[in-house]
Amino acid sequence: MDAKFDYLLRQGDNALILSQQLCQLVGKGPALEEDMALSNVALDLLGQTRMWLAYAGELEGKGRDEDRLAFLRDAHDYRSCLLVEQPNGSYADTLMRQFLFDTWHYFLLDGLTRSSDERIREIAAKSIKEVTYHLRRSGDLVVRLGDGTDKSRAMMQTALDELWMYSGEMFVYDEIDDAMAAQGVAPPADALRKQSLDHMAEVFAEATLAMPSPEAWMQRGGKQGRHSERLGFILAEMQFLQRAYPGAAW
Amino acid sequence: MTAVDASVERVWSWLGEVADPEIPVISVVDLGIVRDVRFDAEQCVVTITPTYSGCPAMQVIADSVSEALRAHGVEDVRIESRLSPAWTTDWMSEAGKAALKGYGIAPPVQQAIDISGLHAGIRRRAAPDVSCPHCGSPHTQLTSEFGSTPCKALYKCLDCREPFDYFKCH
Repeated sequence: MDAKFDYLLRQGDNALILSQQLCQLVGKGPALEEDMALSNVALDLLGQTRMWLAYAGELEGKGRDEDRLAFLRDAHDYRSCLLVEQPNGSYADTLMRQFLFDTWHYFLLDGLTRSSDERIREIAAKSIKEVTYHLRRSGDLVVRLGDGTDKSRAMMQTALDELWMYSGEMFVYDEIDDAMAAQGVAPPADALRKQSLDHMAEVFAEATLAMPSPEAWMQRGGKQGRHSERLGFILAEMQFLQRAYPGAAW
Repeated sequence: MTAVDASVERVWSWLGEVADPEIPVISVVDLGIVRDVRFDAEQCVVTITPTYSGCPAMQVIADSVSEALRAHGVEDVRIESRLSPAWTTDWMSEAGKAALKGYGIAPPVQQAIDISGLHAGIRRRAAPDVSCPHCGSPHTQLTSEFGSTPCKALYKCLDCREPFDYFKCH
């Protein structure tokens, strides 16, 4: 039960933090179509956050709903991976972060549609329809900009090289992920990693980008609540209203 | 029987007049988001399902459903939300698709069931051929996969030059 609560927080927190980061770009997209795409993706992720955190709160049984979990936990209680708290940076950085996340997210959700937990199966089946668009779009843009001008290619390669060390954490199972996999709640680690890396390799090849080694040294800790200072700033903005006016409602 | 002469059939017909808040020409029934109507003793229970998980219209839809039923004298209403099976555009009625087109939004041109599976959806591919809802021309071009709401994409017509929304197959 505790492991499942933590596992659900991880799913909800990943979607929530990435959504919050993308929301900061609303009105600042490099083109109107991209602006709309970013806000649509952010909205989908927010809806998914709600489903995951609502279930986590019910399972915990201490009266915390999705809003309390989102707005009243501090950084060390957040279970999001380090990738999603990386800065928006240039559009190449935003896009590369999105592609790395979307690829893992898609294959994770695909595995979760066969979870032994019925509620998780339902949430995954709902979410994967949306994440399919996210991945098709981010993959398409990685190819267009990677196999683009010299400048766009260089920016995409730099973004990939800098973000790569944050891509491994998603695939490294700890005791919580292992417990969930043993119960058939989570998909097996090996399959998830292989499917994701295969897809990344395919897209990077088409984009003429050099994929760094999957065996490279990887940052980790976010899933266990050890974050960079970035997350504190993100939460400070996101949680301001509930911290300043506790219990405020529409 | 409740205070008013309400039956499951009559509730369905009343709900057929509740408009979607984003696209007022289509009813929530034609959109396919009303899953079930039943009576639990005196209480009318309406089950709805979200189109997209972050759809901000869900609360408005739930409120409009309650309001419409109260207007017909059904006071005791409970709205339940159900995720599974996930909504697809295949649930949209033919009447609903015709209403969309008349409103200037091109309806889905594919069956969701046909484009799912085998990870086909994550690969780059040509956008579906969509006819212009204004002039009927098949010569159109995708402008953006994402539009003014999560359920729509943006297209433009290469003949009449008008931009239009396309209700994505989902």
